[in-house]
Amino acid sequence: MSVAPIEIERTESAQENQAVVEPDVPWVTLVHNDPVNLMSYVTYVFQAYFGYSKDKAHKLMLDVHHKGRAVVSSGTREEMERDVQAMHGYGLWATLSQDRG
Amino acid sequence: MSGHFEALPGGGAAVALDEVEVSILRSLAVQLLELIGPGDEPVEGEDPLAALFAEGPSEAPSDPALKRLFPDAYGDEDEELRAAAADFRRFTENDLRARKRGDALAVIRSLDSLDSLDTFSSPGEGGVVLKLTADESRAWLGALNDLRLTIGTRLEVTDEDEGGELYRLPDSDPRKPMVMAYLWLGALQESLVETLMP
Repeated sequence: MSVAPIEIERTESAQENQAVVEPDVPWVTLVHNDPVNLMSYVTYVFQAYFGYSKDKAHKLMLDVHHKGRAVVSSGTREEMERDVQAMHGYGLWATLSQDRG
Repeated sequence: MSGHFEALPGGGAAVALDEVEVSILRSLAVQLLELIGPGDEPVEGEDPLAALFAEGPSEAPSDPALKRLFPDAYGDEDEELRAAAADFRRFTENDLRARKRGDALAVIRSLDSLDSLDTFSSPGEGGVVLKLTADESRAWLGALNDLRLTIGTRLEVTDEDEGGELYRLPDSDPRKPMVMAYLWLGALQESLVETLMP
């Protein structure tokens, strides 16, 4: 069901990129802290979806918890939109943005 | 309400529930389903493929709980980001709603399959053991989380509430039953996560 929309999205993104965005700068997926999600659940999601080790997933979860948010993945805009969509599916509060350093 | 999930050998999980707990879980799952809303069934006589290309909304829901279940994918610092968030929502929100609806339905189906076995008529503990496959466990995990997000938003839970005012409400407080349900769902979810940890 997401095949056609992603194609459309890609075209629009490409047009925007030409005008505003430096194409070489990677995009990142940010997960934001929220008071409801269980720490164990957030760790589980990072392991299950990204395939991260228990240690890495746990550290990322703590970063989210203590710093308010953490970068959990980076890549092209399309890849990050996929990751954000997956995070929303799990009920995590996630956004993507261009990593301007 | 002390039931907690335990891993089953070979995958899946099991939890002992009493009649009241089954009834509360089912009622909450139905309410979640009503909150998420109906699916986009193809209208009779209309090309079923049309549903595949149906666009979702571009505006975030106004209900705070729905907004938490279906958040913006981009920040809102400027017009460009807000436009990107609207596009993203249009192309993804229907799928996301379908997934969350599917999880809530899986909960209702597994609880209803308990009823059909008429297990409550058996004497003794007055409870049943609900057994879930690994796939059902994942659906339950999603639905329990969505329920907690919804109730947590309604209760306006904050990080500062940890062990705070919300958890020490007097019995007369109208929020008390919802807080009890919220804590119970948290314990259930916590035990279910443990059975799924890779």
